[in-house]
Amino acid sequence: MQITVTVNGAEKTVDVEPRLLLVHLIRETLGLTGTHIGCDTTSCGACTVLLDGVPVKSCTVFGVQADGREVTTVEGLLTGGVLDPIQAAFKEEHGLQCGFCTPGMMLTGKVLLEQNPAPTDDEVRWAISGNICRCTGYMNIVKAIQTAGRMMAESTEG
Amino acid sequence: MATEAEEIRGIGHSVRRKEDDRLIRGRGNFIDDVTLPGMLHMAILRSPFAHATIKGIDTSRAGALPGVIAVVTGELMAQHNLAWMPTLSYDTQAVLATDKVRFQGQEVAAVIATDAYIAKDALELIDVDYEPLEPIVTPQRALEGDAPVIRTDKEDQKDNHIYHWEAGDADATKAAFDGADVVVSLDTHYPRSHPAPVETCGCVADIDPATGQATIYMTTQAPHLIRTVFALVAGLPEENIRIISPDLGGGFGNKVPVYPGYVVATAASLLLGHPVKWIEDRTENLISTGFARDFHMHGEMALSKDGQMKGLRVSLLADEGAFHADAQPTKFKVGLFHIVTGSYDMPAAHVSADGAYTNKAPGGVAYRCSFRVTEASYMIERLVQNAAGELGMDPAELRRKNFIPKDAFPYQSITGFEYDSGDYHAAMDLALEKVGYEKLRKEQAKARKQGRLLGIGLASFTEVVGAGPHKDYDILGIKMNDGAELRIHPTGKAILKISCKTQGQGHETTFAQIVASEIGIQPEDVKVQHGDTDNTPYGLGTYASRSTPTVGAATAMVSRKIREKGRKLAAHLLEVSEDDVEFEKGRYFVKGAPENAKTIGEVAFAAYTNFPDGMEAGLEDVAYYDPPNLTFPFGTYAVVVEVDEETGVWKVDRVVAVDDCGVRINPMIVEGQIHGGLAEGFAIAAMEQITFDEDGNCIGSNFTDYLIPTAWETPKFELGETVTPSPHHPIGAKGVGESATVGSPAAFVNAVIDALWHLGVRNIDMPLTSGKVWEAIQAAKGA
Amino acid sequence: MLPSRFEYHRPGSIEEALGMLAELEDAKVLAGGQSLIPVLKLRFAAPAHLVDINRVPGLDQVSEADGALRIGALVRHNQMARSEVVTAGYPMIAAAAPQIADPLVRNLGSVGGSLAHADPAGDWGAVMLAAGASVVLRSPRGERTMPVSEFLIDVFTTALEPDELLTEVRVPMPPPRSSGTYLKLERKVGDFATVAAAVQLEMSNGTIGRAGIALTGVGTKNIHAVDAESSLAGAKPTEAAFAEAGRLAAAAASPVADVRGSVEYKRHMVEVFVRRGLATAATAAA
Repeated sequence: MQITVTVNGAEKTVDVEPRLLLVHLIRETLGLTGTHIGCDTTSCGACTVLLDGVPVKSCTVFGVQADGREVTTVEGLLTGGVLDPIQAAFKEEHGLQCGFCTPGMMLTGKVLLEQNPAPTDDEVRWAISGNICRCTGYMNIVKAIQTAGRMMAESTEG
Repeated sequence: MATEAEEIRGIGHSVRRKEDDRLIRGRGNFIDDVTLPGMLHMAILRSPFAHATIKGIDTSRAGALPGVIAVVTGELMAQHNLAWMPTLSYDTQAVLATDKVRFQGQEVAAVIATDAYIAKDALELIDVDYEPLEPIVTPQRALEGDAPVIRTDKEDQKDNHIYHWEAGDADATKAAFDGADVVVSLDTHYPRSHPAPVETCGCVADIDPATGQATIYMTTQAPHLIRTVFALVAGLPEENIRIISPDLGGGFGNKVPVYPGYVVATAASLLLGHPVKWIEDRTENLISTGFARDFHMHGEMALSKDGQMKGLRVSLLADEGAFHADAQPTKFKVGLFHIVTGSYDMPAAHVSADGAYTNKAPGGVAYRCSFRVTEASYMIERLVQNAAGELGMDPAELRRKNFIPKDAFPYQSITGFEYDSGDYHAAMDLALEKVGYEKLRKEQAKARKQGRLLGIGLASFTEVVGAGPHKDYDILGIKMNDGAELRIHPTGKAILKISCKTQGQGHETTFAQIVASEIGIQPEDVKVQHGDTDNTPYGLGTYASRSTPTVGAATAMVSRKIREKGRKLAAHLLEVSEDDVEFEKGRYFVKGAPENAKTIGEVAFAAYTNFPDGMEAGLEDVAYYDPPNLTFPFGTYAVVVEVDEETGVWKVDRVVAVDDCGVRINPMIVEGQIHGGLAEGFAIAAMEQITFDEDGNCIGSNFTDYLIPTAWETPKFELGETVTPSPHHPIGAKGVGESATVGSPAAFVNAVIDALWHLGVRNIDMPLTSGKVWEAIQAAKGA
Repeated sequence: MLPSRFEYHRPGSIEEALGMLAELEDAKVLAGGQSLIPVLKLRFAAPAHLVDINRVPGLDQVSEADGALRIGALVRHNQMARSEVVTAGYPMIAAAAPQIADPLVRNLGSVGGSLAHADPAGDWGAVMLAAGASVVLRSPRGERTMPVSEFLIDVFTTALEPDELLTEVRVPMPPPRSSGTYLKLERKVGDFATVAAAVQLEMSNGTIGRAGIALTGVGTKNIHAVDAESSLAGAKPTEAAFAEAGRLAAAAASPVADVRGSVEYKRHMVEVFVRRGLATAATAAA
């Protein structure tokens, strides 16, 4: 089935089987391997992407469902060679260790900050409770997301 | 290169990580990101039965599916002598089942197809005729006289008993117990769990038919060890095998063993002349790869009535699964479990351990266990908690009274370890101060009167890591000595090649920091290479917190060798004798005339452009390190909980963790390791478990049954540190990766037991689900 | 972990969707997909056809009209959690919505899909039973409305005909002086409920008018604890009354022992949650 998906701002027309999961469309068909697969029961969130700006688990969406819609992956965070504040903050606060859950965490965190620019610890933890991390114990992920919020506030002020 | 004004960001600096640049951009190179031209996809058919004879396998329907290139069975593998392979514990493991299946999820056949979806489709078309046998689901049953023998493939195996192992002195311990005022005992099952890194295991095997070169991308924490094993198993010449371990999405010991999927994919690539990719899914990961723990332990502590420890006795039964595949130093059947005397000056101790086969996946040594130190630490710290309760003593006081005092180090433990250094009282004092212990005890008493159940749990662990000295530490005979190779380029930058393999611990940054401290080249100017066996020195890999103690030491040693050659070059450039040249922070200067100096950058350039007669060009060297001893990180953790008596639900109010891992190379990274370990310790204490029903079905083979806490359940952590350097390590560092997973489960459990002690509760086995807590309260109140 | 092949259909209207359901054999409706797609990936089901109704207009609004909260079948769980009209007037629903699954699944999972899936561990089933809600079902033959208590039949079994689509859920507007809550015991976010209780109380003149009590995870479907409800009708909102209701609700439950807990523990938790939920609701309703 032929579909057209706008991925990180670029329109892509591809021919895929209906059963192809969105995560495989992203990784295999389009070659964007920053989105990862960590489980088979929709439990871990490593596959998180934005669908029309909303974070979803791309392993539990069919690629054909994204026809005519916008998908943002971790590769779309970098704009004009400049890191998104969420990316800079994750590095600054040591919010990643192995990096496998990180794309999903950053996208979920970024959308939280759009709705809530200065979240409390609990608000961050609640927002990322669909994303599993094994390495960090979440402490620095929470810090990173809050720091990104502060960085965004400072840049709009300045 | 460092200027005079610029500080060298070496040991002690929280340098931001170099590996982050690619990972935050989604440009990591994980195993499933590897794509080669002509690559095929492999899927594995697994047994639904825990124990069954295979009467026949019909692959004709699967082979006929368009897109399927080959279907491989045990029979085909047997023709190439590859149906069985050695394990890291001198046992054998089936690659693809031939006669029987011995655990649910065992590999039975493999499909290689043009895409992953078709490969999965084909699995459904393979017909296997099984004849079920009685499944053995407990090690106790396994050792009963009438239990069916699981390893009928082994000629000399007449039962399901694998090993018996002892440490310590049984007679001296018996005498200690006979003379003791008080004996406290505890029966506990440390449940089976699983490291479950977010990235599962996999490989891309690429055997080039023209050259015979085997390039195998593989999720492995020990690429060189695997290469040698592959050479022996597959009969491929070792120089033609290149194992490349790419970015790893976590390991925690899950990525150490050789898995059948790697062998089948390699064989398939060899036979088909195409690269073959195999990536397991989460269910496969949980049901078949190296699990952790599963020790049934009985422990006893003998004490005087005023709380002096007199003796410790532990007997244990290890559930090893269907194949003995523990990844640990060969000499030690239960790893370093005999550290079980822990932080205490224990005059007598004895450990007796037995291992049994069961119809479950193989493994046991994994998940940040430091070779079974998790099990040992849990045992002693739970016994101490209960001993304090029995004696009516404060658990902190009981510990303090029996801690090995700081002037007793190096300390010879009664089970044969020489603890390098420690100051247990200081760590305990700091932990109690940070948590506000005195105040908390008062609060607890007050709360109890109001009917609220507060609990304070302590754990004072001593870890043992850094395997190890070549006399005692080998795996399959290969000594656990690791290496580092350092080359300085003409422009003063460097490349460091290390034998270990990070899975998120930040080696690209921390090892560069060691070089920076030793030689004065900034860490961002030191490229760290790892994971590719063609380009790195030989080593036994990263697990058991051994990288800093072994490779970190090798890195320091090789840096010093280079620094010494640099001194010769500097003397040549400065036209003085070598003895008149001193070195500090990247500068070689003339003794007494410090303005007369050459930077390491100038010396590096000279190594290629202006070196004395008789000296080889270049500035590089390699060092393999034989540690004189293991290292002994330690700490005290304090956990505060509140238990809802009516529901059994418990919430963590605070976690205070004081760690001492000696010198900290990168404090930020050390803290990250501790955070991660505490979260895993909490997970194990609260909800992680793999169980089996009576038919041997694995309950816990996906993330809806095997529970990983999210950020919402995971508590916050407050960290503290003391620093007691290792006297024998070149930079005084001890390693820290597993300390928190070792030490914290007992702290969480002790906190809940502390909250419920006055109701009569003495033990609840992990995981402490609310249901089990409630049942324990009911049982104690009813008793 | 990868689904079998299927034919994919994407109707642009309810009529088109109904036509497809009538015509196609072995078809399943794809709404949020957060329950269905995991089932397909594990190959516990392999329908020949998937009818994706996500582009059918008119099913994604939540609003109040004619004395009822009208929830379109495609309203997402997160939409319910953020809806001002829900937060303002339907505290039991407002308490339940954020506790379903996890934040990412809530972005796609739908109220209609969840009810039609009829997992006994599903949260909306209990909430809608306690709320006395009804579902609107449409087929080529027309439209019918039925109480949720009739709609939910057994595990993964509802009254839906093969050519029928659930289009709307209608929740009667609770009177003033009412409140409710949803108490859920789960081992972690995203786990199925060990036990959950949906509780609603309508007060009038200091006594209880109508009580709504329903349970999750303790039977082969969500359980409507009618005896517990009746015990409260006309009663004073006392601790004793709540305790009795709790006991009756526990008696109505048929939990199964598993890793989450024993039969005794689950029954006990039903009692605790119903009692606590009623106390919370009574305080808020006063």
